[in-house]
Parts: sequence; structure tokens; C-alpha cells
Amino acid sequence: MTQINVRVDGVTYTDDVEPRTLLVHYLREQLGKVGTVIGCDTSNCGACTVHLDGAAVKSCTVLAVQADGGEVTTIEGLAPNGGLHPVQKAFHEMHGLQCGYCTPGMIMASVDLLKENPDPSDTEVREGIEGNLCRCTGYQNIVRAVQQAAGEMRGAGSVSPAEVDTAAAPHVVGQA
Amino acid sequence: MIPAAFEYARPTSIDEALQAIADGGDDVKVLAGGQSLIPVMRLRLAAPETVVDLGRVAELRGVRDDGDAIVIGAMTTHHDVMTDPLVQQHAPLIAEATETVADRQVRARGTFGGALVHADPAGDLPAVALALDAEFVIAGLQGRRTVPAADFFVDYLTTAVEEGELLVEVRVPKLAGEWGMRYEKFNRVAQAWSIVAVAAVVRREDGHIAEARIGLTNMGTTPLRATAAEAALAGAEATPEAIAAAARSAAEGTSPSSDLNAQADYREHLAQVLTRRAVTAAAGL
Ligand SMILES: Cc1cc2nc3c(=O)[nH]c(=O)nc-3n(C[C@H](O)[C@H](O)[C@H](O)COP(=O)(O)OP(=O)(O)OC[C@H]3O[C@@H](n4cnc5c(N)ncnc54)[C@H](O)[C@@H]3O)c2cc1C
Ligand code: FES
Ligand code: FES
Repeated sequence: MTQINVRVDGVTYTDDVEPRTLLVHYLREQLGKVGTVIGCDTSNCGACTVHLDGAAVKSCTVLAVQADGGEVTTIEGLAPNGGLHPVQKAFHEMHGLQCGYCTPGMIMASVDLLKENPDPSDTEVREGIEGNLCRCTGYQNIVRAVQQAAGEMRGAGSVSPAEVDTAAAPHVVGQA
Repeated sequence: MIPAAFEYARPTSIDEALQAIADGGDDVKVLAGGQSLIPVMRLRLAAPETVVDLGRVAELRGVRDDGDAIVIGAMTTHHDVMTDPLVQQHAPLIAEATETVADRQVRARGTFGGALVHADPAGDLPAVALALDAEFVIAGLQGRRTVPAADFFVDYLTTAVEEGELLVEVRVPKLAGEWGMRYEKFNRVAQAWSIVAVAAVVRREDGHIAEARIGLTNMGTTPLRATAAEAALAGAEATPEAIAAAARSAAEGTSPSSDLNAQADYREHLAQVLTRRAVTAAAGL
């Protein structure tokens, strides 16, 4: 066992972990942060994305011991007091999800992208989230959601929800 | 899956790291960014007795100016290499190729040195290092040695870094004269490895190509130089026709594999097409 000190979503933890423990397992099983999910065994899907010391990383491809002394933000700590981060809000408003499995990772990768590039083109959004796979949406509304959030975060106001592409998800029309 | 259990060492200097490797038993693995090693350990394709984590060895990180070369520390992340002003000024080819590596999460952790020592035939940086005639500084308990890129890549996933040694840094010579560079990568989907890629470094002089250096990714078990195409380009006119003619010999002397992504003959075809494109762009046409 190795002792680690990490700050996760604003709270400091001191824990003993086996060196082989993956960061994602530490977050989910030891801290109960099950908002971060595991979608693959090959470091491809990005579902497990969290921020480590300010950068998006795949938490299935980091050892918990490597996060010692570091600061982790998960989807659960993105917005304070149960509120929604602009990117979370935009995914909701723009139907940027269907089953929702990829969503925590998509949002964490998008937040990281917007920090570096606050006004991306659609192509830059697609490249920025190329490490995140979605089996449901076809990505169109994810790109729209990221653009909507980018606009809001730049203070440019929001795109009208009428522009949402509901063709990819006909059931959404019924709900609207 | 999770990795098999291992002993964990986290040195803070190169000397401590070398000692930890020496003390680590029969099967020691060095952990850099972990973006190749952790997946392999998770699948239990590797189960080292000891893992020596270089994450805290600050002297292995960063890019510095060393007169006639820039020096890239082995533990500099892909992200930091891509955005480094010295790299962008003197070796934009490295930045261009690194941008095509994986995705932003992997680039935030994965390192320049790790990608080179891993030496995957489909990896993007080995062919770039070869085309730039980079030099590799390797440290062992007995001292340091410098190995030219031409001797660094020995075989499939095998480099000149011996057991008990570390890659410390890579020296990339600054180029004098009018040079252009281009990395052309062919892959089918986002974050995918190269099916074939070509790194071209071209010096122009009076409307001619004075010198061309061409590195090939995934055309054999190691990165290769397209020596026949280089010879055909030396002294050639800098015209699309002359470049296209020379590029036809790009696959000479290579031995690409056939796999799920491509047959060998298709890879040979890609090498020619991508060489034409890369050299054309590098020549400023
Ligand atoms: C989803 C995904 C997609 C990818 N796509 C690409 C791609 O398109 N192109 C590409 O080029 N790469 C790709 N990669 C690999 C990526 O570039 C890795 O960063 C790189 O291969 C390994 O670097 P690392 O720092 O993570 O090394 P690690 O995984 O930590 O180590 C790799 C190997 O090198 C050894 N090693 C590392 N550093 C040293 C050192 N300083 N001295 C001695 N030995 C050392 C380790 O012991 C290990 O055997 C991809 C990876 C993933 C997960
Ligand atoms: S679970 Fe981490 S990349 Fe898929
Ligand atoms: S919404 Fe189902 S995987 Fe993306």
C-alpha cells in the first residue's frame, strides 16, 4: 500500500492504495464518485475523463498513485452546490445526449477544450473531443451543445433551442 | 481489468531513477506518461515486478535551446512539445506530427520520450526524429552516451535503450538555410494510429531541391528513411513533376506488414502518394 493525498472536487483525501489501483477505480470505489464511468478496456472511449491538475485525462489510464499531491475534478465537482456548469446546461438544452453514458467524459473533455480555445470552429470542437466516443447521438448535437456553451461562456448569449436537430432523436420532439 | 500487483518507486532525480531500476529486480518497467504502458499492463500483456515512475523527475521535462540544437526532455508531454515556441520555431515538423497523436487527453499525459522508446512502428514521432537526424541521450549507471536516430530504432518495439538505462533527452539539430517540413498522416478514424505516414524535410536552393530527408511511419518494423526517393530528389528541380517522379521510389527497400487496416501493397502505394504530398508541401509548392 502507498499513501496518497489528493484533492478531489474540492475535498482533500488521504488514503492508502495499492500502486496498481487505477485512478478511475479509486474515484468510483474508494470515494464513491460514480459519476465518472468506465466504457472500455483500451483507453479509447474517454467516458472516464476527469481533470487532473487542470488538464483532461483518461482516468482509466492513470494510476491513483500518480495523482498523489494533485487536484482532481470530476463531473460531480464541475459546478458548485448542485448547480450546472454552462457545458452541462448546454448538453441538456441542446439534447447533446441520449443514453448519457459518454456524457460525463464528453463534458469534461469539452470544458478542457474551451479553456484552451474559447471560440472553436465546429471542426476544432470535433477534434477537441476526438478522444471521446458516443454510440448514440451521431455527435451533431454534442457539437451544438459545446458551441452553445462556448457562446454563453464568452458572454454572447445562447442559440435558440429551435436549432436543435431532433431528427436524430424523434422521441425528443414528443417530449418538447 | 486492472494491472497485476507491482512494487512502485517514485524517484526525483535521474540518478535515483537509475538506482531504482538497478534495485528493482528482474522485470522493471519505467513509467513515463503511461499511455502505452498502463493499457498493456491492464490487459496483463506486461506484468512487471517493479514500476519506476519518472513523473517526479523534473530534470527530464522541458525544452531548451542549446546553441546549434534544441533539446527536448524525455518526460516533456505531447501537449507541451506541441505548444513549445522553440519546437515551433526550429522543428515545426515535431509539433505538426504530435498534433496528430491520439487525442487531447492522451497528449496531456503521453511523453515525447515515451513515444520514442516505445517505438511502435505506427507511432508518429520515430519517423520524424529520423527525418530530423535527432540524437538520443541515454543514461545508465555507467554514464551517458549519445546515439544517432539512424541507430536508435533497432527492431519492432526495440530501441538502443538497454535494460537498466533511461532515455534522458533528444537533441534536434537546428537547420541552416531555407528548409520546409511537412507530416502527412493517413488514418481512417479519429484518434487512430497511422496506417502510413511520411515526414518530409526539404532544403530549397535556387529553384532546386538541394536536400530532402524523408521518414516513413509504419513501412516496416522500425521507422525508415526513403533513401531512393531522397537520392532522386537531391538536386532535382522543385517542380510538381520532378517531385512526383521521385516519390514513385518512396517504398523501395521497405517491408510493410499486412494487417486488418491495410495490405502491404496498399501501404506501398500510400507511401508514394504521401511522399509526393509531403515533399510538395515541404518544398513550398
Ligand atoms: C487511445 C490512444 C491512441 C494513441 N494514438 C497514437 C497515435 O496516433 N500516434 C502515436 O504516435 N502514438 C499514439 N498513442 C501512444 C502515445 O503516443 C503514447 O504517449 C506513447 O506511445 C507512450 O508514451 P508514454 O509517455 O505514455 O510512455 P509509457 O506508456 O509510460 O511508456 C512506454 C514505454 O516506453 C518506456 N519508457 C518511457 N519513457 C522512457 C524513458 N525516458 N527511458 C526509458 N524507457 C522509457 C516504458 O518503460 C514503456 O515500455 C496512443 C495512445 C492511446 C492510449
Ligand atoms: S474507460 Fe477510460 S478511455 Fe474508455
Ligand atoms: S449518449 Fe449514449 S453513448 Fe453518447
